[in-house]
Parts: sequence; structure tokens; C-alpha cells
Amino acid sequence: MIGNRIERDRKGGYRLRLPPEERELLRSLPGQLRVVLESDDPSLRRLFPPAYTDDDEADDEFQRLMREELLEGKLAALQIVEETAGADHLTGAQLEGWLGALESLRLYLGTQLDVSEQTYEQELDPDDSSAPALALYGYLSWLQEQAVEALSAGL
Amino acid sequence: MALTHRQNEGVSQTIEAPLEIRLPEGDEQHDHDRPWVVIVWNDPINLMSYVALVLRKLFGYSKEEATRLMLQVHNEGRAVVSSGEKEKAEFDVARLHAHGLWATLRQD
Repeated sequence: MIGNRIERDRKGGYRLRLPPEERELLRSLPGQLRVVLESDDPSLRRLFPPAYTDDDEADDEFQRLMREELLEGKLAALQIVEETAGADHLTGAQLEGWLGALESLRLYLGTQLDVSEQTYEQELDPDDSSAPALALYGYLSWLQEQAVEALSAGL
Repeated sequence: MALTHRQNEGVSQTIEAPLEIRLPEGDEQHDHDRPWVVIVWNDPINLMSYVALVLRKLFGYSKEEATRLMLQVHNEGRAVVSSGEKEKAEFDVARLHAHGLWATLRQD
């Protein structure tokens, strides 16, 4: 039985219990996504969705006004994870950053892997070349669920 | 939406959802009177629990109402999560995008 990684503590903060190899992974992922965010990788489309689906002109204007702020929010969340990947305790604001960074990582990876709702029920096939990425996606989903539970308990 | 193996119930909440802006109906109604609606669309990546949490946090919905809307997105493919003037709807869509949800707006 693998223990909970993120739990609410009695002081209104959150306890982070991660093995060193997971901390190392979580410290390295934000930098990798940051590089992708500077590109025009089509797998980023779920991170920057359209606001208007029936009015291209209105959507262009919306993106012009909002995209930079949206990008800055995502970069700020990634930075929080990088800075606190070694921490034993997180504040609520820091865990919100973790939640956002896990969200961005999952949106990118999930789009790249073209996941479906069935993906979560399938066993990994070791012969599948995308098995490592699917395993990473599964891990990030599991961790995000814990962040959601911990933050929901504090609402 | 995605369901992982850990969906918990938690404590019930009593926060009231914000009132929707309802414009008076009548023959005189013009285009600019019709409210704008914010729609959240189903996607296979966002966790069900995450969507419910975001709806509670952004709109102050109770746990029950946020769960109802989340299930509507999951089962019917979409749900209207807020409505009002265009500027408010755009603001809400921007906040939903900041949280990774697939949201759009249109005039009702």
C-alpha cells in the first residue's frame, strides 16, 4: 500500500510526503514543460483553449488580451513546484500552485497521448512504446487527485 | 472527465451559489439584453473531483451544486456554469482557462 503523498495538517497547511525519486521527477518536469510552452507544439492546445467557437474575430481579440496572463499564471505555478519539490510542508497557496502545475502537465501529456476516459481503466502494456509516458500521466493524475482531496477538505 | 480510484465525499457545505442574473423578459427584448452564458465542456483529462473543486472555488457553489454541474458536464458533454453580461462571461471564461477547464461563452 502506497501512502498518501499530500495531506492536510492540523495547522491549516499541507504535509508533503514524497520519496526522493518522486521529488527529483517533480523538480525536473516544470523546466521541461517551460521549454514546450515557448514553442508552438500543437499538444499545448488544451492549455490555451478558444473562448469563442463561433466567432473567430472575437476569439482572436480574446486571445490577444488574455493569452499572456494565462501563460504567466502557468509559469508561476511551475516555478512553485520547482522551488518546493523538496519541502515537507506546503501553504495553501503553494499547494494551489502544485495543483495548477499538475493540471498543465496533465493537459499537455494527456493531449499528446490522446487519452480517453478508458485510458484510466487500462493496464499498461510493456510493449507499448508510450507505456512510460502513460505511467507518468497515471502518476500525475494520482498525485493531482490527492491535491484536490487535500484542498477540498480545507474548503 | 476522468475518475481515478479516489473519489471521496467529504463534509457537506452550506455556501449558497451566486444568483444568476435574469433579465426581464418581454416583447421589447433586444440582442444586447440576452445574457451571455459560460459553458464548460467535457474532456477526458480533467479529473471529476478537480472540476467540482474549481467550480466551488471560482463561483462559490456548494459542494452539492458543483457536483451536480460536474456530473452534467460528464454525462451530457457540457453545462452552463455562469451567465450574465458579456464582460462578466469573458472574465469567468478566463478564470476557467486559468484552471485548465475547457470553457467557452456565447449569447443565449
